[in-house]
Amino acid sequence: MLEDAVTRLFAERVTKERIEAAERGDWQDDLWRAVEDAGLARPLLSEDAGGAGGSWLEAHVVLRASGYHCVPLPLGETVLASWLLARAGIPVPVGPLTVLPAPIAPGRLAAGCLTAEVADVPWGRHAGHAVLVVADPGAGAAGAGAAPAGGSPAPGALEVGMIARADGVAIRPAENVAREPRDTLVFDAAPLLARRPAALPADAVRLFGALVRSAQMAGALATLLDQAVRYAGERVQFGRPIGKFQVIQHMLAELAGAVAAAGIAAEAACRAAAAEGDPRFEIAVAKTLIGGAVDRATGIAHQVHGAIGFTYEHGLHFATRRLWSWRAEFGSDAAWAAALGHAAIARGADTLWPDLTARGRSAPRERR
Amino acid sequence: MRFELRELPPETEALRREVRAFLAGALGALPPARRAFTWSGFDPAFSRAVAARGWIGMTWPERYGGGGRSALERYVVLEEMLVAGAPVGAHWVGDRQSGPLLLRFGTEEQRRRFLPRICGGELFFCIGMSEPDSGSDLASIRARAARTRGGWIANGTKLWTTGAHLCDVMIALFRTSGGADGRHAGLSQILVDLHGPGVTVRTIRDLAGHEHFCEVVFEDAFIPDDMLVGAEGAGWDQVMAELAYERSGPERYLSCYPLLAELVRVLPDPPGERAAVAVGRQVAHLATLRQMSISVAGMLEAGRNPALEAALVKDVGGVFEQALPGVAQSLVDIEPRAGAGASDFQQVLAHCVQHAPSFSLRGGTREILRGIIARGLGLR
Repeated sequence: MLEDAVTRLFAERVTKERIEAAERGDWQDDLWRAVEDAGLARPLLSEDAGGAGGSWLEAHVVLRASGYHCVPLPLGETVLASWLLARAGIPVPVGPLTVLPAPIAPGRLAAGCLTAEVADVPWGRHAGHAVLVVADPGAGAAGAGAAPAGGSPAPGALEVGMIARADGVAIRPAENVAREPRDTLVFDAAPLLARRPAALPADAVRLFGALVRSAQMAGALATLLDQAVRYAGERVQFGRPIGKFQVIQHMLAELAGAVAAAGIAAEAACRAAAAEGDPRFEIAVAKTLIGGAVDRATGIAHQVHGAIGFTYEHGLHFATRRLWSWRAEFGSDAAWAAALGHAAIARGADTLWPDLTARGRSAPRERR
Repeated sequence: MRFELRELPPETEALRREVRAFLAGALGALPPARRAFTWSGFDPAFSRAVAARGWIGMTWPERYGGGGRSALERYVVLEEMLVAGAPVGAHWVGDRQSGPLLLRFGTEEQRRRFLPRICGGELFFCIGMSEPDSGSDLASIRARAARTRGGWIANGTKLWTTGAHLCDVMIALFRTSGGADGRHAGLSQILVDLHGPGVTVRTIRDLAGHEHFCEVVFEDAFIPDDMLVGAEGAGWDQVMAELAYERSGPERYLSCYPLLAELVRVLPDPPGERAAVAVGRQVAHLATLRQMSISVAGMLEAGRNPALEAALVKDVGGVFEQALPGVAQSLVDIEPRAGAGASDFQQVLAHCVQHAPSFSLRGGTREILRGIIARGLGLR
C-alpha cells in the first residue's frame, strides 16, 4: 500500500538530525535519491513517463506524508512541476524540480530565452530545473484549450516551460520561516529547454500550488496532534501526566477536530483534482480552511508542550514553522476565502446550497 | 480519527431533486423567520406529508413500514429538509433515534406496534434522559420505575424534553434497581405513553419566549410490562447507543444555515473585502462539515459505530454554528429584531443569536463531547 511504503520510508529516514542539517543548508542528496528510487517523486506521471501512474489521490498520500514528516526536500514542488510538464507533453527530467510561483508574461521571453528576476522560488538553489508557466496577464482564470498542433498558441492560452538552473541563472538565497529555501532566481537570457501549450488555467501554478500546500499542511497538522497527545501522556506534573487534566484534554479535542477537518478537506480537494471538471472550489475550500486552522492548532500544540516545545532542540517547531510559512504560500487563506466569498455573493443566496451539493461540476466561478 | 471521504452515490441526485420539488410545494410560502426554527418546528400535517413520500424510517426494514433504503439516501433527504428550514420536529426524534433504538433493542412486538406508526407520521417520540439534577451526569438520574404487578410504577421528573407537550411517547431512562449513586448499573429504558395516568407535562419558556421544551413529571405512573426496551439494567449501554444516533446527523452543523443564506442575500454585491473573506470562511467550514457529516453517514451505512466521529462533527459543527450570528452581526450594521416589521435578516439573526447558547448544550454539552473525544485520543 502506498501509504505504508511512504510512511515507512519517511519514518526511518527523516530524522530530526537530517532536518536540522537541511536547515543549515546541506542538501539531503541521499534522501532525495531514496525518494526518487521509491517512485514517490512523480506520482502523477504515467509509468511510460517514469512515474507511478497515479492521480492526485496518490499524490495526496505522498504530499500529506511529506508534511507529516517535515521532509526537507522539494517533494511537493517536484510533484507539481512534473505534473505541469506532463500536461504540456514535455518529458520530465530526473532530479529535484521547482516551479516559478507566478506566471511569466510572454514579453519576458525573447528568442526563446527568459530575462527576469523571480522571487520566492521554492528550493531554487537545489532544483535541477525550474518549471514555469507563460501566460498573458490578461487571461482569465479558465484557460483556453490547447493550441492546434504546430500552430501558435491561441490568445490567452497558457504554455509550460522549463529552464535548467545551471544555464545563466544567478541565485540570491532566501528562506521562509521554516528555513526552506525561497530563493530569488535571476534569469539573464536563460534558454528555455521546452515551451509547449497546455490546457490549464492561467493561474494553474497558484491553484495547484495551493492544492499541494493544503495536503502538506493537513499532514503537518496531524503530526502536531500526535506529538501533543504523546507529550501529554508522558509529561508528569502534580503527580500525573498532564493529559489527565481536563483543560489539556479539551484543548487536544479541539485540535483533533481541526486536524480531522483539514484532513478531509485536503483529500476532497485532491479527489476533485483527480476527477473531471474544475477543482477550483474544493481547492479554495481546502486552502481557506486549513490555512485558517493554523493559528489555533499551532497555538494549542505549543501550549501543551510548554517551554520545551519552544526550543529549537525539541523539534515540534519543524511542523509549526512549516505551517506558519505554507499557509501564506500560493495565496493566503484570507485571499482564497475572499475568492469563495465573492463567488458565493455574486451567485446569490438561493444558489449557495445547490452549488455545494452539485458534484463538483458547477463550482462557483470566480467573479474576478 | 480520520474521516473517510465518501461520495454520495449518483442515484441520490434524483432523490434530491424530488425532495427539493416537494419542499418548494409544501413550504413555498414559509418566511425565513419560520425556517430559522429548522428542525425545532413541529408540524404534524407536514410530517404526515413527508411520511406519505416514504421519507420517515427510510432505512428501516419494509416489514415495519420502512423504506429499506440506504443511510446515504436518508442523509440526502435530511440535509435538504434542514437547509430549507422544514418543520420536521414532530417526527425527527422518532426517525433519528427512537425507531433505531427499537430496531436494535426492542421486542418484535414493540417494533410491530410502534415503527409503522412512526413511518406513517402518526406517532411522535421524545427523549427522556435529563432531569433537574442530572444533565451531563446522566448516570446520576433519580427517576425510578419500581416493579409492580403487570408492569412498573414510575416516579420522578424529566427535564428539557423537546416536544413532550406535543408528542405521544417518550423513551425514558429510569433507575430500576440499586441506589441513585451515579453508577451505570441498574438503569433501564422504558417506553412511556405521555397521555397515560400519572404523567404531567409542563412546557418551559426559553429565553426567546418559545415553549418547545418541557418538564415531565411521573407520579405513581403505571407503565405496562411490555414497554420495557431491551434488558432491565442494560439502560446505560443502550442510552449510549441512542446518543450516538442522536449525534450523528447533519442538524449538528446546519442549525444556522438560514442565517448564512440571509446574510449572503443582504450583503451588497460586490461586497467589501472584509465581507468576502468572512463569507468565504463560512463557506469553507460549511463545505468541510458537510464532507465530515457524509462520512459519518457512510459509517452508519457500513454498520460501523460512529460515536467518536459523530462527537467530533458535533463539536466542530457547534463552534461553526455558534460563531455565525457574530459573523453576521459584524458585517451588517443592523440590530436583530423579532416580529413583523423587522426584515427577514433581522428576524433570522434574532432567532439564531438567542438560540446559539443551546447549540453547545443540547445533545451533549461541548465539555462532554470533548471528554469523549479525549477518550478516543487515549487520554482518559
